[in-house]
Amino acid sequence: MLYRILTFSLLMATWLIFSGLFDAFHVTLGILSAGFVTWISSDLLFENRTISLSTRLGQALRLAHYLLWLLWQVVLSNIDILKLALSPSGLQKVQPRIVKLQTSLKTDFEKFLLANSITLTPGTITIKILGNDYYVHAISENAANGLDGEMERRIAAIFANTKRGAS
Amino acid sequence: MIYDIVAVILIAAGIVFFLGAAVGLIRFPDFYTRMHAAGKGDTLSSLLVILGFAIHEFRHFDGSGDVIVFLKLLAICAFIMLTSPTSTHALMDAGYEDGIEPVIGEGGENALAETRKTRKKD
Repeated sequence: MLYRILTFSLLMATWLIFSGLFDAFHVTLGILSAGFVTWISSDLLFENRTISLSTRLGQALRLAHYLLWLLWQVVLSNIDILKLALSPSGLQKVQPRIVKLQTSLKTDFEKFLLANSITLTPGTITIKILGNDYYVHAISENAANGLDGEMERRIAAIFANTKRGAS
Repeated sequence: MIYDIVAVILIAAGIVFFLGAAVGLIRFPDFYTRMHAAGKGDTLSSLLVILGFAIHEFRHFDGSGDVIVFLKLLAICAFIMLTSPTSTHALMDAGYEDGIEPVIGEGGENALAETRKTRKKD
């Protein structure tokens, strides 16, 4: 029940922001559609209902902290690209390679987060995920050496206390 | 006033990163390295430009209409953060599946080559 209320509130907030109209007619429409979507598909947003709300909140806060760190990595990554693209000698530093990276992350969401994070950090893009193997395209040797598993540790730390039994 | 300055700085920085992405797209040697420039350059530069718009909208923070526009722009930022790396990855994957051979630099290796061989046997 608690999760249904949470889903409904999130949907309703999204509705209000995107509609921008606060008269009775439009808010009623919003309540009806958010309610309908909650009723038919509330189990899509939060799969595992056994986790308590406070754990969820902790995860959400750590995720937000991680995303801020990631944003900083994105800035570094772009300065990197800018240097390679604009300096005359930059092209000599472009020595692309494809490396294999093994991960111990279990759930789909963690894997998705790691793949997206690899793509956003300097000089590396995930090409393929086959099982636990990531195939990563790195633009130079330095970029390939940067994949030292720090990101994986950070992601594992976000979901540390729900690792067992999480779907 | 201060909002205008911050907004202009953010938008200008975004345009500089767009320039880097565009030049990289032309100069880099193959499809995959070009995706590095396009995929990452676009993420940050569109984020910065949209954030600049959001802060510009924030400058008269009294009517509810402005708050809504500000929140909508932030929502666009969140969507770009999520979708841009995913689409970059999808393009790289599609390119590889289509048989575009990556340029491999000095001392580099192509770890994916083995998977391609084993799959062709199937």
